[in-house]
Amino acid sequence: MKKDRGDIELAGVCKSFDGVTNVVDGVNLRIADGAYCCFIGPSGCGKTTILRMIAGHEDPTAGEIVIGGQNVVGLAPVQRRTAMMFQSYALFPHLTVRENIAFALRVRGQSKADRLRAADAMIEKVRLTQFADRLPAQLSGGQQQRVALARAAITEPRVLLLDEPLSALDEQLRVQMRQELRRMQQELGITFIHVTHTQLEAIALADLVVVMEQGKIKQAGAARDVYAHPHDRYVAEFMGGQNVLSGRVEKVNGASFTLAQAAPSGIEVPLQARANVSVGDKVDIAVRRDDVALVRPGRDLPPGCTTSLPSRVLAIEYQGYFVKVMLDTVPDDEFVAYVPEKTFFADPFTVGDVVMATWATGSALPLA
Amino acid sequence: MSAVLADMPETVAPATSKAIAPSRGGRPWTFYVLAALFTLYVIALYGPMFCIYVLSFQDIRGGLVFPMKGHSMHWFVDLFTQVRTGDVKGSFDRSIKLAVIVTVITVVVSFLAGLGFRKRFRGDTFVFYMMIGSLVAPGLVLGLGTGLLFQALGLNASWYSSALGAQLSWTLPFGVLVMFAVMSRFNHVWEEAAYDLGASRWQSIRLVMIPVLAPGLVAVALFGFTLSYDEFARSLQTAGSLNTLPLEIWSMTLNVTSPSLYALGTVTTIVSFVVIGASLGSIVLIQKKRGSSAKG
Repeated sequence: MKKDRGDIELAGVCKSFDGVTNVVDGVNLRIADGAYCCFIGPSGCGKTTILRMIAGHEDPTAGEIVIGGQNVVGLAPVQRRTAMMFQSYALFPHLTVRENIAFALRVRGQSKADRLRAADAMIEKVRLTQFADRLPAQLSGGQQQRVALARAAITEPRVLLLDEPLSALDEQLRVQMRQELRRMQQELGITFIHVTHTQLEAIALADLVVVMEQGKIKQAGAARDVYAHPHDRYVAEFMGGQNVLSGRVEKVNGASFTLAQAAPSGIEVPLQARANVSVGDKVDIAVRRDDVALVRPGRDLPPGCTTSLPSRVLAIEYQGYFVKVMLDTVPDDEFVAYVPEKTFFADPFTVGDVVMATWATGSALPLA
Repeated sequence: MSAVLADMPETVAPATSKAIAPSRGGRPWTFYVLAALFTLYVIALYGPMFCIYVLSFQDIRGGLVFPMKGHSMHWFVDLFTQVRTGDVKGSFDRSIKLAVIVTVITVVVSFLAGLGFRKRFRGDTFVFYMMIGSLVAPGLVLGLGTGLLFQALGLNASWYSSALGAQLSWTLPFGVLVMFAVMSRFNHVWEEAAYDLGASRWQSIRLVMIPVLAPGLVAVALFGFTLSYDEFARSLQTAGSLNTLPLEIWSMTLNVTSPSLYALGTVTTIVSFVVIGASLGSIVLIQKKRGSSAKG
């Protein structure tokens, strides 16, 4: 059925609450039917506002929101066939789990027997059968979340919108419920749009990660794309796991260019897509923290490494399977190496040691 | 703690323990002073009323002062049968009817005001201060003014028109203030969730807001009822020719010199307690119903 498609297209969507500043500023995005999409960004970046506009709780100031080929601006959530899961779940405190889940059917005028049967089927799906007659206040956070999910899913939406669904849970439960969300999404086979400010959550769940800043999309792509190939400094720093360095281009030679830095020989960076670099440009580059190797001064660099930056160890944090070593490699930016545990303890450093930070030349990534 | 004590020089330890340690297991002397003060307060609060209740149960020889002369229900019978004591039954009827009307209007208007004041609107502070103004205006003056206005307009003052209005000027601000407190605990996301699930505005009010706010609405109703039931100052000049109960009691204090006056006090108190009990009971029932449907 054509009507049931849950693909979403945002075209030039803007939202302003005061008529002066745009909270959402000209957002264009295409989300495939049945995708798990995560919007990520710091608070106030407009991600929740986008969610609420797709849900029909907020109207865009400009632009179009198209779901399944139909412009839905001005339609009520039910007409859009979207459902929203609220941040604190917003379960009705006076209704039992079963009544909460049956609420949408009740307001549609379904008979009591029909709606309770449908609710019970949904309760079974989220494995809450033994809690069906409890009030929300008598449930744990994880159970409340499942009720909220079931209450939204019973409307048979084509898009489910989740506003920071895991933020009210503690760390352990968060990981567990994360898997449950993914499972439900695959079971229901509908589009999920999930707003979060946790990078781990986004890359663990999403087919499509959308990084936002100040009402604009900074980068949208597959989780691995956004994490391993950030477009710019903002995305690299926000997604984490990268060291960002900046400097002026010293010379351009064929497939690579050299960045002037504290290092005596400069930093060699492959050119890749960013071909239009010329001498004197100020350029940011990113180097993954787990690509950085630390070598004692005077020793040979590993094969493929042409750059080595003398650094002092500022701090060391044991993280289990790796060791986080913080260095003073570059004056203004944080520089961190994630050294595998076994490598580190084969020849451990202590705070204050001088080391050479190095990486395979091909792994340095020029940023926009 | 013990480590800290162990580190203390031995010479210091006895002096400190003597100065601050309360006697083991006992209460500090301040407890007894405050308990005595509280007892006096309770006596001052309930003693006078208690005297009235006790004296209303005297027999036919009974007078207006102690000592108590016998005990019977004589003055209660007297209250409802003797004409000379005044129109107790009529005024009681009127007071109850008036209180019910006031309660209904107060609950409805307060609820609507609570809905209205969820969002800021132009002139909202002005409306709010106007409302508070009628709360602080001296009741007697307000009643007098209402009476005069009715006279000027050529309308007859009566308990169901002018007195109703005068009482509402008192119960509405109270009701709205209570409603504000009640509404502040209502999470507006519940409304949003109801809308998201396809509820119309009316369904959202009927199925979500009213049930969630029910205990608060009962509290507003209780306020409306009790404030109206014993309202005196505002009704004095507005009730017209037929008295409400408080006015009747007041006129009785001027010309009735028997314990039936006290019997009336006892009866009205019982009515008040029944109303309060019913209100609190219904709140408990609402909560219990949620609890039991939750268990079953």
